[in-house]
Amino acid sequence: MANSGAIRKPEIEHHNPLSRTLLQKLDYDQLTNCMRCGFCLPACPTFRETGVEPESPRGRIALMKAVADGLMEPDQAFQDQMNHCLGCRACEPVCPADVKYGQLIEQARDAIEDHAAHSAPVSGLRKLVFGGVFPHRSRLKWLGRSLRFYQKSGLRKIARATGILRVLPKHLQEMEGILPEATARGVVERLGTLYPAKDEPIARVALFRGCIMDVLFAETNEHTVKLLAEAGFEVVIPETQVCCGALHAHSGEMDTARKLARKNVEAFRAAGVDYIVSNAGGCGALLIEYDHVLKDDPSCREDARWFAERVIDVSRLIVEKGRVPVFAAEAQSGGEPCITYQDSCHLRNAMRSSDAPRTLMRQVAGVRFVEMKEADRCCGSAGIYNVTQPEMAGQLLEHKMEHADRTQARYLLTSNPGCLLQMKLGIEKHRPQEKMEAMHIVDFLYERLADSKQE
Amino acid sequence: MLNPDAAARLRAIVGERNFRDDKEALVAHSYDGTPMLQSLPDGVIYPASTEEVSAIMKVLSEYRIPLVTRGSGTNLCGGTVPALGGVVMVMHRMNRILEVDLENLTATVQPGIITAEFIAHVESLGLFYPPDPSSMRISTIGGNIAECSGGLRGLKYGTTKDYVIGLEAVLADGRILRTGGKLMKDVAGYDLTKLLVGSEGTLAIVTEATLKLIPPPKTKKTMLAMYKDIYGAARTVSSIIEGRIIPATLEILDNPTIRVVSDFAKLGLPEDMAAILIIEQDGDPEAVERDIARITEICMKERADRIEVAASREEAERLLTARRSAFTALARLRPTTILEDATVPRSKIADMVLRINEIARKHGVTIATFGHAGDGNLHPTATTDARDKEEIHRVELAFEEIFEAAIELGGTITGEHGVGVVKAPYLEWKVGEAGMAVMKGIKTAFDPHHLLNPGKVFAKETRKRVVLQHG
Repeated sequence: MANSGAIRKPEIEHHNPLSRTLLQKLDYDQLTNCMRCGFCLPACPTFRETGVEPESPRGRIALMKAVADGLMEPDQAFQDQMNHCLGCRACEPVCPADVKYGQLIEQARDAIEDHAAHSAPVSGLRKLVFGGVFPHRSRLKWLGRSLRFYQKSGLRKIARATGILRVLPKHLQEMEGILPEATARGVVERLGTLYPAKDEPIARVALFRGCIMDVLFAETNEHTVKLLAEAGFEVVIPETQVCCGALHAHSGEMDTARKLARKNVEAFRAAGVDYIVSNAGGCGALLIEYDHVLKDDPSCREDARWFAERVIDVSRLIVEKGRVPVFAAEAQSGGEPCITYQDSCHLRNAMRSSDAPRTLMRQVAGVRFVEMKEADRCCGSAGIYNVTQPEMAGQLLEHKMEHADRTQARYLLTSNPGCLLQMKLGIEKHRPQEKMEAMHIVDFLYERLADSKQE
Repeated sequence: MLNPDAAARLRAIVGERNFRDDKEALVAHSYDGTPMLQSLPDGVIYPASTEEVSAIMKVLSEYRIPLVTRGSGTNLCGGTVPALGGVVMVMHRMNRILEVDLENLTATVQPGIITAEFIAHVESLGLFYPPDPSSMRISTIGGNIAECSGGLRGLKYGTTKDYVIGLEAVLADGRILRTGGKLMKDVAGYDLTKLLVGSEGTLAIVTEATLKLIPPPKTKKTMLAMYKDIYGAARTVSSIIEGRIIPATLEILDNPTIRVVSDFAKLGLPEDMAAILIIEQDGDPEAVERDIARITEICMKERADRIEVAASREEAERLLTARRSAFTALARLRPTTILEDATVPRSKIADMVLRINEIARKHGVTIATFGHAGDGNLHPTATTDARDKEEIHRVELAFEEIFEAAIELGGTITGEHGVGVVKAPYLEWKVGEAGMAVMKGIKTAFDPHHLLNPGKVFAKETRKRVVLQHG
């Protein structure tokens, strides 16, 4: 911002400790940049559902600024409203003033989390999940093994038969039903840490394998590597990489998010690669912002910028830099099946990539790509939103499935594990008229590689 | 704080969920699209029907509580900021299209419908509703009526007032007024329909509107002309009109805007151009071709430096990018963006743009100008920082001089945004003492206790006119 260097934040002595933290953590320049034009309102899923101003980006920014300015206390309603945002960031591309809303909402949640008085069980669970499991690869693998044991040993059958799952809230029961088969064998165990390019390598790239991805969708990771190799890339998988920290950042655990970011920057810098490939929009969106996440850390600011500049989504890398392989679906009786696509909000709105997946889907011979109405709108998955805000998430999913149903698609493709699970849940709950299957775009494409696959 | 009895009665009318007086609701309805303006209401109410609006007004007038009606709150003159507190009435729940009458070519709608959604529906039936304010993706028809919104198509097709032919509105005391109808002619008494359009929510609350629709043009064509001499651009505008051609769109960007847009949208526009005109004609294919050819000739005669005529719709979109990104590009320069809408007779466009540039220089502020050259409606846009009190003061002085300059050139202080709070101190400059007296009389006839949108249009005090020094 030109000329505004001198004036930053109002000099207010807040009595409320949370107000103080909010004033300190919120980027006051961004709060000022919002000119309240209202152009973000039609893009916001929660505003569209409710039609009330506080449920919009402009409303939430006004609330943040009102607290920072001392116009209101950050009461429970304020805190709930900050958590009611999906964080889909559909407001960012439509904002004339380029307000970094995603960063503001994370700063607000981070401040709220600093003062949160969670009940003992919630606090314990948060600590366990955010601090105890996600950051640690070995514990994730243990989780994968346990989950797999539960799913495979007959325990799941018993749990379902005895009705013991009914102790869980309904939306968690539903989630349990659609979880894919977990595994402790991640992509490195399957393919090693280096996978050669088919023919002359175009570039050396590193796979960001993710945490949940590598437990619940390890096969997608494997297919991503093989698809990249097919498109001409040599793929390395740095073993010391950890969870991206996105769920932490969205939930107000910024310190842990920064710790994870530092580890990842270190791991990938050492690998010396041209691109860092993400196959999960939710992770990629934070990875490209590592420069912002680590901006106050002089020891790795430069490396973080190096890292952020190299992050790219798998579809975009293949379309823009790769040798796009030939994809063909096997002929099916009853004509060409339709496929459709649900954008990952973070891939679309933060990584700003929506054309590349569509370009690839249109190139698959033997299927017809049909655009779904409002494919660019959040499905309600939004990280762990569907767990924390089941009511709103359920409403959004219902609308989504109405649109999906109208496409009559055989396959509903996505680019992010959270969206994929939500789509599976939607199909399970709302039962489209035609048989429909939700898949990660990478798996769909990999299975339709026309040439000999590298085995 | 609202009187608790009044609050209880309001709750009883709309239900618990649709009346709020918690802090979150009050803060979120304390502003609109106007920079540096905020004032908390005492309550927020969401009615669902004309009957509810009427019942609400009976309670509010009994307790003498002010009311501000709003749609999406995109107003740029502070028109929907509850300057004196009271209740904010949000019309979003009254958002139905009640009827599209294909025999009379009219539509009847509730005020809360989003303009773009209404337009999409009408177009799906093969019809056309021309008013297209830049905020149309979120602004409501009710808000457009209250402000008499314009848009890019104003020159050829007129503004909101030209399409509103009937209204249902609730008066301050709760009585329901009906004006006009599905009638193309109606001289039964004063034209209350036109009076309510643009009355900024100070006379009555519009609860239903009957709108005129027209058949859509068959085709359109877009072109762009660049000038090193701003008078060449201005003469082009006059010559086109003189040549009896009325383009659908005739937009201008001045040099400061060109520089910012070029940098933002990476359009590679030559930065030494004094002005760019963006021209669009619609209609029957032969007529459009003929008009565009004649406009091209006029542009060449007026020594345009470069002329581009779009061969395809994609190319047209590219040419339109310059105009479309003007606001966005300017909004990103500095934290605060102040967009005004001084309007002059179209023959005075060049003089006005140069006067604006000169005024900006004099006060050391950044003001870029773009807008609807065809109807003389300019958008001088200041980019500044609300936190810098000293600079804001200079911006205010500059705008004061811009209003004065517009009036001196035979123009007005506002072409399409409304008076609201921001321009109330200058209204008398435009309409004079007699004009103010008549308007105040009308206001009192409609709303004797001044409950509807108080603090708007009529200022406590008119600003002293600034004496301009030229040269």
